[in-house]
Amino acid sequence: MRRFFEIIVEKILLASGTITSIAILMIIIFLFRQGAGLFDSPVVEEGYSLVVNKTNPVDHLTPKEIKNIFDEEIINWGQVGGTNQDIIVFRLGDITKYVSEDELGDDFQFVPEAISRIISENPAMIGFVPSPYIEDGFQGKILDLGNIKVSDYFLGEEWFPTAQPAPLFGIKPLVMGTLWVSIAAILFALPFGIAVAIFMAELASPRVRNLLKPIIELLAGIPSVVYGFFGLIVIVPLIQKLFDLPVGETGLAGAIILAIMALPTIISVAEDSIRTVPLSTKEASLALGASHMQTIFRVTIPYCISGIMAAIVLGIGRAIGETMAVLMVTGNSAVIPTTLLEPVRTIPATIAAELGEAPNGGAHYEALFMLGVILFIITLIISTTVELISAKQYKQNM
Amino acid sequence: MNMKNLLSLFLCLFIVNQALDAQKIKGSDTVLPLAQKEAENYMNKNSSAYVTVTGGGSGVGISALLDGTTDIAMTSREIKFDEKLKLREKGKTVVEKIIAWDALAVIVNPSNRITKLTREQLEGIFTGKITNWKEVGGSDMKIVVYSRETSSGTYEFFKESVLLNKNYMASVLSMPATGAVIQSVSQTPGAIGYVGLAYLNGNVKALSISYDGDNYVEPSYENAKNRSYPVVRPLMFYYVKTDEQKVKPLIDYVLSAEGQNTVKNIGYIDVN
Repeated sequence: MRRFFEIIVEKILLASGTITSIAILMIIIFLFRQGAGLFDSPVVEEGYSLVVNKTNPVDHLTPKEIKNIFDEEIINWGQVGGTNQDIIVFRLGDITKYVSEDELGDDFQFVPEAISRIISENPAMIGFVPSPYIEDGFQGKILDLGNIKVSDYFLGEEWFPTAQPAPLFGIKPLVMGTLWVSIAAILFALPFGIAVAIFMAELASPRVRNLLKPIIELLAGIPSVVYGFFGLIVIVPLIQKLFDLPVGETGLAGAIILAIMALPTIISVAEDSIRTVPLSTKEASLALGASHMQTIFRVTIPYCISGIMAAIVLGIGRAIGETMAVLMVTGNSAVIPTTLLEPVRTIPATIAAELGEAPNGGAHYEALFMLGVILFIITLIISTTVELISAKQYKQNM
Repeated sequence: MNMKNLLSLFLCLFIVNQALDAQKIKGSDTVLPLAQKEAENYMNKNSSAYVTVTGGGSGVGISALLDGTTDIAMTSREIKFDEKLKLREKGKTVVEKIIAWDALAVIVNPSNRITKLTREQLEGIFTGKITNWKEVGGSDMKIVVYSRETSSGTYEFFKESVLLNKNYMASVLSMPATGAVIQSVSQTPGAIGYVGLAYLNGNVKALSISYDGDNYVEPSYENAKNRSYPVVRPLMFYYVKTDEQKVKPLIDYVLSAEGQNTVKNIGYIDVN
């Protein structure tokens, strides 16, 4: 009877392990699938067309050129391969400058005809109009600009997801921002965390340890918004004053907050694993003549290295994925950072701030899911690297 | 033990029952304090009514209307053409009701000696062409530009009205909420940002704006009501036409004298 019971429990445990692994895999596949359609989306915002006069020789424009034309930074067709004419920009709202509202009809039924006429009368014009207003018999040329290119996405340097007519999805500033903030946070948190864990497990008196442990576990429970608020009100002005910067919202503020948030996790898990080292092992080392310090670094730590690795991976995960606190203190400006003392925009903050309003299934939505995939890959790479380096060092010393 | 379980079960069912009949308003963080107060007053007047109000940004509200997860989308900008198209593709006609007006105040740090700016200067500052306060008559300080995130109706309205549809510069600092903009501007000497009139407080200084280069008008209730202050926008409720029966009582309340009084108390401008 008991044997039967044990088999059932074994099967249940196997099932839950399998289901968990499959669930994790499915989440990753879901992320990939949601993001995959991005490179099938048109460059010009969906539902709209870019039109020019029939005589205009220009056939192709990059998204960056389109943005600069509509921002009036490029003002002459000669700069983009056309004839020497000043560009006239036309948006749907401008139609009342050329045609009176009565001529457009009560139900806007004459709008397509008006647009067609305006384009054909202005050879230097480029128009951004909703596609339903381009009917057969349109007197201009519709620019077919293809789909969003892979190189534009991965190597592009500007992130303007709501720009009209052509949104720019360059993720380089976001990835660089994430890497700068996360790696700085890890560099702050890891040495501190492991050091405090070793102190608490091995060197502190029982009274100090019993005081510190609940305080640190309390810190782990504070919600991240509170950390963000603390960062915005205390740390940001401090950094601004200390480094004499024009603005205190910088990558450094984000890194410090992330380090503070990752510390309790690292300390708790590492300390617990160091405490599991059996007394006999430590005593054997001391008996052979090693000092306390030598015992700690040559015997205890290598013994529980897998526990410390778990602590490190958890801490890294917390540092890279933390959204709310970073959103409030880093300034969220999408420029490629050259130092830690500049505002940066991280991937979790971007996804959190923009996913709510991205139309379901649109190009922006898919771009954000691809960002999620990239974030997952970055976390994977950093965790694996840290594990490999540390494990190798300690295996060598053993 | 059993009694406690039973009691909590009944409580859950009661709440769910209320929630099933609830009206949901979702969208702009600018309209949020107004919608919350109106919902509260409405529920006090009608004990059977239940209204939930959430923020997230105008874009979030309209997305929710598209997905069918809200009854009313509150926005601080007009619905975009492609959003209207998407709704029409799903067979939903959307109805717009203006419930209040709002003035956008441009704010700087109180220590900044600038008191007024023209629209062209503002456009230059926010698109990155003007980078130092001395170029507009202030002290020699780098201009630190604060904005809202792209999901915000305030962001879109400012882009349309002040920047004439040009894009903000890439190095603008995007804050997730109006409160964060106020906090950051109040503690950074070279800062400039924009917030709804209702959020102004003593920690920041509002500038007088001119669109024609001659008349500088400061943001206040009177100036917004008589439209002499140029940066004024409508606040709207959008709902799908088939939901009209469900949302009409609430919207009628908001547009009534009592509802419009609440609008004034919160700091917005009532509809004539």
